[in-house]
Amino acid sequence: MKRIVKLLSNTLVVAACFSALNATADVLDDIKERQTIRIAVPQDFPPFGSIGKDLQPQGIDVDMANYIAKEMGVKLKIVPVTSANRIPYLQTKKVDLVISSLGKNPEREKAIDFSTPYAPFFLGVFGDKKVMVDSMSDLANKTVGVTRGSVEDLELEKNAPKSVNVRRFEDNNTTLTAYLSGQVSLIATGNLVATEIAKRQPNKAPEAKFMLKDSPCYIGMAEGEVALQTKVNELIQKALASGELNAISMKWLKAPLPKGFGA
Amino acid sequence: MLHFSDLLQYTDVFFSGLMTTVELTLLTTVLGIVVGSSCAAIRQYGNTVSKRIVAVYVELIRNTPFIVQLFFIFFGLPSLGLKLSPWQASMIALTINLGAYSTEIIRAGLNSIPKGQIEAAKVLGMTFRQTLTRIIFTPAFEKIYPALTSQCIIVMLGSAVISQISVEDLTYAANLVQSRNFRAFESYLVTAFLYLGLAIALRFLFNQIGKRLFAYREAR
Repeated sequence: MKRIVKLLSNTLVVAACFSALNATADVLDDIKERQTIRIAVPQDFPPFGSIGKDLQPQGIDVDMANYIAKEMGVKLKIVPVTSANRIPYLQTKKVDLVISSLGKNPEREKAIDFSTPYAPFFLGVFGDKKVMVDSMSDLANKTVGVTRGSVEDLELEKNAPKSVNVRRFEDNNTTLTAYLSGQVSLIATGNLVATEIAKRQPNKAPEAKFMLKDSPCYIGMAEGEVALQTKVNELIQKALASGELNAISMKWLKAPLPKGFGA
Repeated sequence: MLHFSDLLQYTDVFFSGLMTTVELTLLTTVLGIVVGSSCAAIRQYGNTVSKRIVAVYVELIRNTPFIVQLFFIFFGLPSLGLKLSPWQASMIALTINLGAYSTEIIRAGLNSIPKGQIEAAKVLGMTFRQTLTRIIFTPAFEKIYPALTSQCIIVMLGSAVISQISVEDLTYAANLVQSRNFRAFESYLVTAFLYLGLAIALRFLFNQIGKRLFAYREAR
């Protein structure tokens, strides 16, 4: 009997907690009340988020978090997360937003809501400024370097014209070397790899020609937070219009936002 | 469970890879032996300066890894303005490599020719050319023929490395197929057997050529 009473009362407590959560479901109001926004950022994924020489977090995601907090007029509390725990942090309400190079996929869309994209993340064909290539069909009779077995390799194999000469290298570094030594003037790779080249050899920075696979980064938030989502989208639009997003991209990715970004 | 049938759709990939390896092997074997013979002759009979040059070449190549030589030619030389295609770079790297090793092997053969034999040829009134081919090189090659054959096969097997600079040879085919269907065991097993077959065929070819070259022994 005692046990049953205990079980019942426990159930009641849990239920009460849930209703309490429901009562304050609007995260945007909570943020305003707290005067602090809690944002999850990565600390192990440059250039999105890493620990700088001054031991402070830095990167695209950190700049974005600062921007959002500043525009909302609240204080920023940075919460370092890993790629595995960033969504659980959001679901357990330990953070208000996740700005952690988060890509969209159907599984994630079931669990959380997304803003509009704030940073580019894509696989594409990059190359020398002098090489005129705008689409897959322009690759005909051209030589493209790629890392064997990578997603971009498979994309090229699937969609590129038959006449394209695909040179497959062992790993990303060899592909980079092939580009830097001038052995190939086009490479298929990720935009972060292109950033890496731009950092190491600014004068040989490859230009993004076209995308093979686009998977930009979105800001993640708990499901059903319409007010928050609207606000965040508004701020992203504003940053896009004012060139702030482009400035962040230039600063960390050494490249402008791709054409039509966020459209 | 093994799935060799998954490789069937890649038959032409393996075949074209095999052909590239065969083509490069035959070409570099011939060129490498020519380079080796010339350098061996220089090292044995040349003047001091040319001997030094050959010695530097031989020691430089024999004491550095092949992949470094290959990467230097393919990735390094473009900064000096010499841009070679993957195929050309591999052909040159393999030839230079075989050339250096065969220089030493052939030189051992030349060394084994007694001075008296050359002097005898002179006394008999043979021309320089006749002496070089009949009295020096043929018996010298006969002595070192098995070692030279092995070296050529080693170079053929070592050519697997050229897949690193995107030459579409047999190893490249294996890597490509493996990266598409993830049948590593099957791909590499088939490739290993293809290399084995190639090595046996090459050895057979060398033996046949050897029989012709050194036929004078049997004719006696």
